[in-house]
Amino acid sequence: MTTELPLWEVFIRGQHGTAHRHVGSLHATDAEMAMNNARDVYTRRNEGLSIWVVPSSEIVASTPSKKGPLFDPSKDKIYRHPSFYNIPEEVKKI
Amino acid sequence: MSDPRFHLALRMGDNSLILAQQNSKWCGHAPTLEEDIALANVSLDLMGHAQMWLGLAAEIEGEDRTADILAFFRDTDEFRNSLLVERPNVDFATTLMRQYLFDVWHLEQLLLLSQCPDILIAEISQKALVEVEYHRQRSQSLVMKLGDGTVESHNRMQEALNALWSYFGSFFEDSIVDELLFDLKISSMPSSLYPRVLKQLNQDCLLSTLKIPESEFWQKGAVQGHHTENLGYILAEMQYLQRTYPNSKW
Repeated sequence: MTTELPLWEVFIRGQHGTAHRHVGSLHATDAEMAMNNARDVYTRRNEGLSIWVVPSSEIVASTPSKKGPLFDPSKDKIYRHPSFYNIPEEVKKI
Repeated sequence: MSDPRFHLALRMGDNSLILAQQNSKWCGHAPTLEEDIALANVSLDLMGHAQMWLGLAAEIEGEDRTADILAFFRDTDEFRNSLLVERPNVDFATTLMRQYLFDVWHLEQLLLLSQCPDILIAEISQKALVEVEYHRQRSQSLVMKLGDGTVESHNRMQEALNALWSYFGSFFEDSIVDELLFDLKISSMPSSLYPRVLKQLNQDCLLSTLKIPESEFWQKGAVQGHHTENLGYILAEMQYLQRTYPNSKW
């Protein structure tokens, strides 16, 4: 019998960040407890402006053993990188 | 008699100080990492409140004592904390129930004091209030989950509530100081908070399936400095370093 509570993944949007970043995981019985625990464990040093918690079981992950068919085909397609174009100086960020 | 605000600041500061000291003993020992960190956060918040209240007490007293001297060089009979916060940790159920009962009282008390005409008292209360609102939300949510959890978690929470109940009444004991504070319109009588606190407890207990004990026999005396035996042990540990090496600094 396991006494561990379900696992949740925690995402925090920081003071200057525009996107939520994965910061770690924690155990909780439900969403409310996960949110409280995330606040206590991951925002003690004023790291966050917004928290997302997601049950780890709800995350669909790619399988490491299938990484060949998933990722290998893009390795030799260097023409997909925008490095063959001259970028006008007026364009600041790309 | 000295300024009654001195006694109010001592009472608020001592409650926070003693509970912070008690909770901090769980650091590294709580049942889960999340609870461990959360409880340490609460302790640190309370320690911050204690520093502000005891600082205010020292200022009102106007003698050469500081917040540190008040914390480390008073004996049990000079402490004004309620009997609830000095109850032993026992287990996590007792610790959590003690925290929850404290939080419910603390929030109501601070809501009143934050409207106080004395600016310093009102400001400290408002500052603490933000943190205490979260403390209460957190302990309330855990008490409800465990109360309405497994048979064992329910029984342990109920036993903790029964064991702590008569000491909880210590928050609502009136004294002569309170009459003076009431006359100065600084605070209301401690006993007048009880109906509001009880209403909140009843609401939460309905959801947590816990039963509030019917007895209203309260352990008394804390307002005169009469404490339970355990406060002596708490102070012995907390004050040891300053008593052995006076004025040593971190």
